[in-house]
Amino acid sequence: MIEQLIVEGLAIGACYGLFGVAVAIIYKTSEVVNFAQGEMGMIATFVAFHVLTVYHVPFWLAFIITMVFAMLLGMLIEICFLRPAKDPTVLGLIIITLGAEMLLMGLAGWKWGAEQKDFPFLLSVQKTHEILPGLTVNEWSMGVFVLAAVIMVFLFLFFRYSRLGIAMRATQQNVNAAKIMGIKVERVFSITWAMSSLIGAVAAMFFAARSVLDPNFMMEPFMRAFAAAVLGGLTSIPGVVVGGILLGLIENFFGYAWPEWKPIVAFVVIIIIITVRPSGLFAKHYIKKV
Amino acid sequence: MDMKRDYYEDIELFSSGTVLFWSVAFLVFLFTLPLYIPSYNIYLFNIIMVHVILAVGLNILVGYTGQISLGHAGFFAIGAYGTALLMIHLHLPFLMALIIAGLISAFFGFIIGLPALRLEGPYLAIATLGFGLTIMHIIGHWDIFGGRMGISTPPLDLGLQNSPYSFVIEGDVKIYYLILVITVLMVVCARNLMRTRVGRAFVAIRDDDIAAEVMGVNLTIFKTMSFALSAFYAGVAGGLYGFVVSFFDPFTFNLILSIVFLVMVVVGGLGSILGAVMGATLITYLQFDLLKNVEELPYMGEILVQFSRKWLTVIGLANFGSVALGLIMLGIVIFEPLGMFGIWIRMKKYWKTWPF
Repeated sequence: MIEQLIVEGLAIGACYGLFGVAVAIIYKTSEVVNFAQGEMGMIATFVAFHVLTVYHVPFWLAFIITMVFAMLLGMLIEICFLRPAKDPTVLGLIIITLGAEMLLMGLAGWKWGAEQKDFPFLLSVQKTHEILPGLTVNEWSMGVFVLAAVIMVFLFLFFRYSRLGIAMRATQQNVNAAKIMGIKVERVFSITWAMSSLIGAVAAMFFAARSVLDPNFMMEPFMRAFAAAVLGGLTSIPGVVVGGILLGLIENFFGYAWPEWKPIVAFVVIIIIITVRPSGLFAKHYIKKV
Repeated sequence: MDMKRDYYEDIELFSSGTVLFWSVAFLVFLFTLPLYIPSYNIYLFNIIMVHVILAVGLNILVGYTGQISLGHAGFFAIGAYGTALLMIHLHLPFLMALIIAGLISAFFGFIIGLPALRLEGPYLAIATLGFGLTIMHIIGHWDIFGGRMGISTPPLDLGLQNSPYSFVIEGDVKIYYLILVITVLMVVCARNLMRTRVGRAFVAIRDDDIAAEVMGVNLTIFKTMSFALSAFYAGVAGGLYGFVVSFFDPFTFNLILSIVFLVMVVVGGLGSILGAVMGATLITYLQFDLLKNVEELPYMGEILVQFSRKWLTVIGLANFGSVALGLIMLGIVIFEPLGMFGIWIRMKKYWKTWPF
């Protein structure tokens, strides 16, 4: 029983971590907390649902279409909504991303309606394999593990060695200095949003396969993923994944003991972590200069 | 224009005779409002006034002190449930229950204000957001709060319940007058507060908290005070809201509501009482009246129905409100960061200096 709880917690935690990474990438580069992240993933999942059920395309094609759509959506939001705002305050940025969230949620409800749908996903939660005696793992969890590991390694290498990744880090540290060094900061922001939207869309498809698909389905996972990101430290990619896994485990064990209080565990964790250690468990603490 | 020549001019309640005249005229208009409009529309005005109280309170926190709250639906819920439950179980008179509920809400505001001392920007937004959602879940899970089914408010009794001193208020028009008096009181209090040492301390914290601390503003006291005050306003607004709608459940107080509250303040104009009033009025009118039946919108309705039939779904047209709200939020930050108050200031300046 306890191994089962651990495996389940690890799987859902990895999914939170994956989605948290999407939030963290944007925060890492532009210090914008993207409250629309959940809804961007939700719209992308709806697009996948649409091409799968209406046009009956094979899954891999739907997946590619969704990824392309997600990247374009991310870029579009950055270019249309964030770029025109002149020197927005922190509150202004929050209002912009919340506005994008309301807009996307409204559009999804307008197009696909509020009723809950089943998302036909490649990996099912029902199909299980017994990998060790007494320990069964479903396909969904395996998919999440593999994907989270691949994306984490990729991002780690990307931010450390690639020119674009280094440019992103430079942009985060000092926008003006990055400009002087010849980095096209606007383009870096667009690419960041595209990448984040893509990762978010993949994670959202996993969430949809686990629960149901409706315009609100990403709200709670987004909150959990954000809690995970804060737990690990918003600026550290491996930290966010570890934070997600920790949160998944805490939530699963807590939910086993007191099922009715499971939904608020994440929020309590957020409040405690933010109060005790605002920079998260793994991120370096930055001290604001006067 | 509007040049302040000395300190006493700066702290006057009404900055000029014109303002005083129009304020009195507006008050007279509000007190005679039920004579001009049908009584079923009074309900809308009740909701607007409740939201005005809340927006003015939220503006103390967001506009004047520069903190961010995405959890005001939580304080609103505490006020609504607190007032109703104190009246049901302890049989308190309405005003007493309202004030006690407001104080409970203020206490929670104080508690949330403590971590807020160390947090800023997005982290504070997330912490308050978590608070709001936690309150919603706790209320939904505890049977004493009526659980998921929600609760109905008892009769609005200003006197002692079940006694000769009972004084029950019924009907939207009578509730309108009660709420109007409370709203005017709360708005004037907020306006007054901003003219005092406390109000100036809030503004100093907003402009630069480190500089404020150096100048001798005690951040701990004033930040938590701002949270508590704002929560008190939200609690009172919540208590009144319960009696306006007469039935509510935990899911009334969701994240979207917190967002809408914040939008009222931002759309109206940060750091301005008049702005908060205008923003609350506009957003409430849009939400509760104009965008309730999108098909019947003048001019736009037919086009929207045609458009939905062709590209989207007609049944989903109800979501147009959400789309419109999102566009308003995006538009206000991109094109008019000062909100409606900024537009008002620009217009005033234009006419005052007209030929130039």
